[in-house]
Amino acid sequence: MDGITNQKLNPFKPSLVNRLLWVVIIAYIFYSISSLGLTVERILLGFGESERLLSRMFPPNFSRVSLLVSGVAESLQIAIISSFFGIIISLFIGLLAARNMMPLIITAPIRAFIALCRSFHPVIIAIIFVKAVGFGALAGILTLIVASIGFIAKLFAEAIEEISFNPVEAIKATGASFFSVIIYAVMPQVFTRFIGFASYQLDSNLRNSTMVGIVGAGGLGGTLFSAFQRFDYDFVAAILLTIIAIILVGEMLSNIVRRIF
Amino acid sequence: MGSTSSNAIKINNLHHEYVAGKPVLKGINIDINESGIVAIIGPSGTGKSTLLKCINRLNDPSDGEILFDGEDLTKLKGQALRKIRRHIGMVFQEYNLVERLTVLENVLSGRLGYMSSWDAWRRNYKQEDLKQAFELLDLVGLTEFANQRADGLSGGQRQRVGIARAVMQGPYLLLADEPTSSLDPKTAVEIMELMETFAQRNDIPVLLNIHDVNLAKRYAKRIIGMANGKVHYDGPPEDISEADLKVIYGGESWME
Repeated sequence: MDGITNQKLNPFKPSLVNRLLWVVIIAYIFYSISSLGLTVERILLGFGESERLLSRMFPPNFSRVSLLVSGVAESLQIAIISSFFGIIISLFIGLLAARNMMPLIITAPIRAFIALCRSFHPVIIAIIFVKAVGFGALAGILTLIVASIGFIAKLFAEAIEEISFNPVEAIKATGASFFSVIIYAVMPQVFTRFIGFASYQLDSNLRNSTMVGIVGAGGLGGTLFSAFQRFDYDFVAAILLTIIAIILVGEMLSNIVRRIF
Repeated sequence: MGSTSSNAIKINNLHHEYVAGKPVLKGINIDINESGIVAIIGPSGTGKSTLLKCINRLNDPSDGEILFDGEDLTKLKGQALRKIRRHIGMVFQEYNLVERLTVLENVLSGRLGYMSSWDAWRRNYKQEDLKQAFELLDLVGLTEFANQRADGLSGGQRQRVGIARAVMQGPYLLLADEPTSSLDPKTAVEIMELMETFAQRNDIPVLLNIHDVNLAKRYAKRIIGMANGKVHYDGPPEDISEADLKVIYGGESWME
């Protein structure tokens, strides 16, 4: 009797399993810290190094303008070319992956392909393309096209799967061909969302185009990497500030695009 | 029989089932040779919509034949089906407009069956199509809305666009699936007037599903009463008896 009353008064009794789980998690974190050798001395040593790095980074050195400008130009070109082709290819692949438009026999392999595009981080894809097609901008462009497909094609397919079928039915009833139905009844319903995805992707391609150079796939990343290797930390700071400026401008542009549509 | 005049449709022993063993249409026979409104009445779920969608093959009937324009519609596929669909206009209960396109684009979409996708993409319409679209907009009283997006219109206005789109096809037959059910009584009457106008103007039959018996009696030349997937009554509106309505809708309490 007494036990039952107690149970009723405390419906949120802490469970033993729950507590054990916390103990295990905390124990594992302590174990990991000690096995990675993260002692207090090591951490203090690290902070001392960063202080030296920071002091050598400032003031940033913008004197090698031509190197900076050519790096920026290449990164921009990589981002824009790869966004253009990535978005156009995604338009078709996304349509082929939409399960309300296409039979399973088409959507299944296309979805597998999209999943493949998504499964690797751009750095890994970039390394593969550098090995496959050689150093330079081509590898960077191919990398970002693959990354764009993995992102936009998937979201675009999902957007198509959410459309209302009423207009599709009506346009079909006029005797319109399959492609006319797509153009007239499907595209208008997903167009604004597609513009949104595309401008996000341009944004992220801009960011990633500065990164693929680190593994030799062209652009500002390459300049950054060699500046690091030559310990030109003031030039590194200049490059990092430039990247920040590019990203901010890119974000502004994509905001404007999204507002228009 | 076998009349091949363009505004004739002959439905023979039509069956349809969405789920095997649960038929919705159980042997429908309808023969229409005259222009004007033919109203199909009956309770929800009795297969009125299914019947209309079998005619333009948005649904595939499981058995029977539909003779129209010299062809059996139930046998058509692909290109041949699309060609014949151009001559069957359809008006929907929920209007089914493309919301983000303009009123004019929605009306012009009635011509899509006659043009290539490339021309559709570029909105490259023939001059005579544009002229006809503006004429139709004028007839349905929406000229000043031509360049507005369809999602800004009221229900009655949307249905007018839906009718203009269907007429734009140059149909030999109009199908209308509950065209007034989402509208207020006054607008419903206006839409029925409009359906009648186009039936006369184009000299075509309009096969129209409707709940409202009084509205049906007022505008239809002929009433088809459906009950349990079959035709129970087929004849002039003045001859339909209370006993018939009792069979069609079941019970009588609703009539008081």
